[in-house]
Amino acid sequence: MRLGRVVGRLWCSVKNESLQGQKLIVIQPIDSSGRDNGHELVALDAVGAGSREIVYWCRGREASFAFRPESVGTDASIVGIVDDFRRNQDGLTGRGTTT
Amino acid sequence: MIIGRVVGETVSTKKHPSHEGLKLLIVAPADLQGEPLESVTPLVAVDPMDAGLGDQVLLAMDGWTAMTAMDLPGSPIDAAVIGVIDHIDVSRDLVP
Amino acid sequence: MILARVVGTVVATRKDPRLEGRKLLVLQLESPRGNSRDDFRVAVDTVGAGVGEQVIAVQGSSARMAEDCKDSPVDTAIVGIVDSLDLDDPVRKEG
Repeated sequence: MRLGRVVGRLWCSVKNESLQGQKLIVIQPIDSSGRDNGHELVALDAVGAGSREIVYWCRGREASFAFRPESVGTDASIVGIVDDFRRNQDGLTGRGTTT
Repeated sequence: MIIGRVVGETVSTKKHPSHEGLKLLIVAPADLQGEPLESVTPLVAVDPMDAGLGDQVLLAMDGWTAMTAMDLPGSPIDAAVIGVIDHIDVSRDLVP
Repeated sequence: MILARVVGTVVATRKDPRLEGRKLLVLQLESPRGNSRDDFRVAVDTVGAGVGEQVIAVQGSSARMAEDCKDSPVDTAIVGIVDSLDLDDPVRKEG
């Protein structure tokens, strides 16, 4: 999954039957420091995300699983709203060495 | 699978029901030394292995694999920690 | 499938139980001409590959179709060791 910020909504009168009734959201992917990262994209909303919220989203075929048992044609879905995230900036220590 | 480095944690209250109780980490794809790659955006990955900040981990980047690792078939998950790396042994004559 | 060179091994004590006893190898992706790319994967070995060998590996959910990988959380599996590789077009540009 990746982090993103809700930057808009999008409506289509004409769309695939499987998208009927689904909420289309425009998200700006962000990095773990909260900075914009990459181009905006359209995702289906599975959790009720609102404007400007930070979310995590899933891509690929798995994105459609957020709507099971319905069969929904999406390759990006918002699956969680992020309350808090933090990145440990420096001095990472942990397991794992390389030789 | 790729080598990743745990660089952060995520807290989410409102999320997909199948994600309840799952630990969410921010994992940066890393090089063979475990240094996070600057060119690649860190991911949000579920962690059943109880990895900690700074740990080098084995990261599954495929949806089916991640779902299987979590024993959650049909859950919208596309990345999961499937191992905590103790050691990487690299042949220096091949990768200087 | 990807072409790669085995450049190392990974040791992980704490891992998914379905990976127990599996040999985990570090792959460096390669062009068909053997030029290394700055791109690495960790793969489960299904064929007995060794460090230094050029191999082919399957990625994604196809990896579980490989022998012994069914129902395991594996997304990269080595499925062959390259004996030789012929390119038709000698002037084909490197990727």
